[in-house]
Amino acid sequence: MSKAKPTAWGLGLAVLILFPIIETNPAWTSIGVLTLMFMACTTSWNMFSGYSGYVSLGSAIFFGSGAYTMALVSTHAHMAGGAALFWLIPLAGLVAMVIAVPVGAIALRVRRHTFVVITIALFFVFQLLAINASFTGGAAGIYIPLIPWGASYYNVPFYYVALGMVIFATLLSAAVRRSRFGLQLLAIRDDEDRALGLGVRVTAVKLTGFTMSAFTFGMAGALYCMLQGQIYPQFVFDPTFDITVALMAFLGGFGTLLGPLLGGLILEASQQYLTQSFSNGSLYLILFGVLFLLVILFMPQGIVVAVSQWWNGRAQRRELKATRDPAAVGAHT
Amino acid sequence: MNSSALIHAVLDGVLTGSVYALMATGLTLIFGVMNIINIAQGILVILGAYLSYTLSVHFGIDLFVGLIITIPTLFVVGVVVERVFMARLKGPERTSMSILVTYAISLIIEGALNMIYSINIVQLKAWYVDKSFPIFGIYLPYIYLFGFILAVVLLASLYFMLYRTRFGASIRASLADQVAAALVGINVKRVSTICFGLGIAVTAAGGMVYGATNAFNASTSYDLISRLLTIIVLGGMGSLGGALLAAILMVTLGDVVAVVWSPIWSSPTFFFVLVIVLSLRPQGLFGKQSARVA
Repeated sequence: MSKAKPTAWGLGLAVLILFPIIETNPAWTSIGVLTLMFMACTTSWNMFSGYSGYVSLGSAIFFGSGAYTMALVSTHAHMAGGAALFWLIPLAGLVAMVIAVPVGAIALRVRRHTFVVITIALFFVFQLLAINASFTGGAAGIYIPLIPWGASYYNVPFYYVALGMVIFATLLSAAVRRSRFGLQLLAIRDDEDRALGLGVRVTAVKLTGFTMSAFTFGMAGALYCMLQGQIYPQFVFDPTFDITVALMAFLGGFGTLLGPLLGGLILEASQQYLTQSFSNGSLYLILFGVLFLLVILFMPQGIVVAVSQWWNGRAQRRELKATRDPAAVGAHT
Repeated sequence: MNSSALIHAVLDGVLTGSVYALMATGLTLIFGVMNIINIAQGILVILGAYLSYTLSVHFGIDLFVGLIITIPTLFVVGVVVERVFMARLKGPERTSMSILVTYAISLIIEGALNMIYSINIVQLKAWYVDKSFPIFGIYLPYIYLFGFILAVVLLASLYFMLYRTRFGASIRASLADQVAAALVGINVKRVSTICFGLGIAVTAAGGMVYGATNAFNASTSYDLISRLLTIIVLGGMGSLGGALLAAILMVTLGDVVAVVWSPIWSSPTFFFVLVIVLSLRPQGLFGKQSARVA
């Protein structure tokens, strides 16, 4: 297993790198960009919520802030549309982190269940601000400088930037998982009071994790804004974004490293496919809801855990069978 | 701004606030007893409104008489949802999972309602929706008064049941401590199922009044659920009295802001107040301190 692991990761990465070279249809590469974007976001979400157990349903606050950073800076600085705009992406991530500090400081004053609800409430504060404040252009939205790339390969640069984000988020999440800081987050998830008693500075640790995870969201929002060329408050401050990211993490495996990547890949790709195949939005809602329910009820720990349990169970059964084998029994006696 | 507009806002706040209190009480009851956050409460209110709509438009049944059908219907919906989905949720992430499950249920209901009723906005019609009565120099449709009376009667009977009956005592015991309640012989499973049913059943009445005082479609439920969640957090999750007070306080405040300032800022006020209160008092107005540990 330990030898197979790096190979499998490398193989997965190779497939992702080669995808836009092999599949050049813009309809597919555009699904590819969005899928990678969600994989990065879900991994980042999991780095805080999955490790600490504090389920945040306010991620769209940072996604939207990142998108607005891109839109406002690029229009106010009169930047020319093109690859130069990509430099704004890390800036958008930093802005999201700056916003995450007061948001986290308020939301993390309460314990888990209430935290969920407060992140929802704070999300609505930001959505309403984006719609009603004057500097955001209100409900009319903002157009960013037009990017003069041909339609056939328009998505490709975005694809690789998004892939870079996925790699960044995954490495960061893995590094956190192995660090002392990651252990502190996991201790909070298991028993916050005991962690506190053992000297973990729980509030500082939670706030740091929350703020760190905002960085990728801000970058993803900026990328999304650039990809779309225009933004509206309802599209970047979208409540379904919050839920989708959480669902992807639960689908893949809450608190695991591979889970959010798989969840993002499976869910976003199938969701895009469903939207394109079913023009009937209501039917799509029902299908999505049913899929969602089935996953939670039958694989409550996510695909990664369910599969590895099945795999281990199979190995155990095989061993059991071997011990029942007359020859094996004879050998023992 | 004139004073009659302000009176109107305060009256409207108190009258419709009681209806919100009814819906929020269902939500906080479910959370308190079962540790489940029911995101579907918003869409269930809309479902209740649409049921009343069908009964009144296609069968000519009066909105209030129709409640005799819709309240038990939604009670059964609640019991079925609890038995089929909620009872299966276990483990440390139970509350988070409940949010996702009820959100999924809410998506399914939303899709179904959109298909059946289309996304066109409708409003419930009756003579008491159109006709108004004079009060303090202003006119209000009768539905506000009738809705208020309905909410008060239902809340009073709910409180009577909770505080004056043996079954109510077992619900309150489960609210306070599930393990201890089970130890003294209370069937917590049965209490949970009935609580979930009750928590959902109130949406039938809430939905009818909501549908008669607001134009709605399935997507209105998002605004509704975010308001209801704010109310129960503000009141202190699991606190019945807190939900009642917070509902009236918040709806009145929202209405006053709408008159004094602008309707745009009515909903944000909700969330701003929540953020301020929680910064000072993390457990909400009437929350138990132990809620921090939960």
